[in-house]
Amino acid sequence: MTTTSREGLAIEADGLVKRFGDNVAVDGVSFGVPQGTVLGLLGPNGAGKTTTVRMMTTLTKPTAGTARVAGFDVLRHPAEVRARLGLTGQAATVDELLTGRENLRMIGALYGLPTAEVKRRSDELLERFSLTEAAGRIAKGYSGGMRRRLDLAVSLIAHPPVLFLDEPTTGLDPRSRVELWEVLRDLVSEGTTLLLTTQYLEEADHLADDIVVIDRGTVIAQGTPLQLKDAAGKASIVVTVSKSDDLAEAERLVRSSIAEVHVDAASRQITAAASGLADMTRIAGVFADSAIELDDLGLKRPSLDDVFLHLTGHRAEELDGAAVDHAEEVTA
Amino acid sequence: MSGLDLQPEIGVRRGGLLRQSLVITRRNLTHIKRMPEMLMDVTIQPVMFVLLFAYVFGSSIQTDSPAGYREWLLGGIMGQTITFSSFIVALGLTADLDKGIVDRMRSLPINPAAVLVGRSISSLIHSSIGLVVMSLTGLVVGWRIRGSFVDAVLGYLLLIAWGFAMIWVGILVGSAMRSVEAVNGLMFATMFPITFLANTFSPTDRMEPWLRAIAEWNPISSLVQAVRNLWGNDPDGVPASAAYPLHHPEIATLIWVVIITLVMAPLALRAFRKRTSA
Repeated sequence: MTTTSREGLAIEADGLVKRFGDNVAVDGVSFGVPQGTVLGLLGPNGAGKTTTVRMMTTLTKPTAGTARVAGFDVLRHPAEVRARLGLTGQAATVDELLTGRENLRMIGALYGLPTAEVKRRSDELLERFSLTEAAGRIAKGYSGGMRRRLDLAVSLIAHPPVLFLDEPTTGLDPRSRVELWEVLRDLVSEGTTLLLTTQYLEEADHLADDIVVIDRGTVIAQGTPLQLKDAAGKASIVVTVSKSDDLAEAERLVRSSIAEVHVDAASRQITAAASGLADMTRIAGVFADSAIELDDLGLKRPSLDDVFLHLTGHRAEELDGAAVDHAEEVTA
Repeated sequence: MSGLDLQPEIGVRRGGLLRQSLVITRRNLTHIKRMPEMLMDVTIQPVMFVLLFAYVFGSSIQTDSPAGYREWLLGGIMGQTITFSSFIVALGLTADLDKGIVDRMRSLPINPAAVLVGRSISSLIHSSIGLVVMSLTGLVVGWRIRGSFVDAVLGYLLLIAWGFAMIWVGILVGSAMRSVEAVNGLMFATMFPITFLANTFSPTDRMEPWLRAIAEWNPISSLVQAVRNLWGNDPDGVPASAAYPLHHPEIATLIWVVIITLVMAPLALRAFRKRTSA
């Protein structure tokens, strides 16, 4: 092989830098993705995720640093890299005027696969992505979820061992998102190495073995979802009273067992730092004995959103305001 | 390689720029099949021009062609239509860049030029459909080729050669513009006046001297005059006072094609690379 690769790494970013004029979009990003695992590249809009992916997929040249995909350097052997990667860009780049089947066959033909092979694989992928029925219709009429699935299917036509997905579920409804996650998990279980960028902390949490958090072009944290959550601190108990009048009394009851309490009158919520499930049981007991009516009582573990807030001082999704809540409900 | 199993499952046949370009050409032609209104620019529009000019202006413009203005006009409309192939290339390229199709292609193990070559071939086919439609319309309104068969073919080949030079203009504009609307705006504002400021629709010898000089040195005038000569649609030829290129329009057109290609091709490729590598 022409380049040395650290043992078992299917993707390696090595000090990637990209400048556009005075603007530094990516400022020294390094990470490695072991073969057969999923890396979530997490960050808000404009953090440099897409530029990082574009450098790793040979679409744009790094200003400094390099990357290796399947052991091949993106600068020295771009053709070898391209032969081994599948890319699904941020906007589903299916050809709207071609049918689903034609989209697959066109890309298969561009790869130079034998015609019979292209036909066989196209039909296989259409079946797998539940597009067989729609295969003869032009993609313009496809739903957002169908387009994404077709886009992904097209990326898989030559069976690439490494797959890059740039915000694969942006704009999808929750059901389509979960469906896509299942497909991705299957691919990984078959040995594909996956790098996905996302602004959805929930998505990284669900799919990724490792997460690299980037903000303003630099890596600000790296680890498993669990490690990152541990770093963000303790769980908390959230009590929501039914009537605002009860709020003061409820606060007194919570304070009798936990010192660190925060009250939000508008949402009728009391949040208390919990050190474990024992606190939860005790608080539940206190309210069961009282006459105060509760809407909800739950244990909230720190979400990746909290992690992000903790790391950067701003929320990951404040731009589209769709923060994902990870409250784990416990019935009182 | 350190125990990695990362080979592509199916062997990829390398090379084959032509093959890859033809796949993209076929895809572009499928677009036309799905959206036949894309052909309006080379069908309804020039036919409308033939009819408008032939019947609205025809009676007031004096020419020395045996079948009169209508026969003389056809070379002009052909020249205009093939010049607009730059428009066709630019629109298609901008749309593909804008929708991420070009990036998709560039992430594949193919020759990056295939996108441009495929686009160029399909645009020439697109324009050629226009030439066929124009010829048929011409036959209906009384246009005839009065030269030899070889000259007739040379006339068409000259038009195609000009279309080839226009492709580079199209790639430059398509790479520089950010949206299909911008391409439309720019091309209408430039290509229409440029194709009118020539001998396409009216003889140049009665224009103001300064305007006449511009019109006669306009490369499109050379092309149109060459086609008229080869097809025998301008038997008396250009007046002695006409600018130098119009006395040798076939050679002049070929020289223009070479100059435009030599100047525009590097600019176009640079603009395309700059646009796609960001």
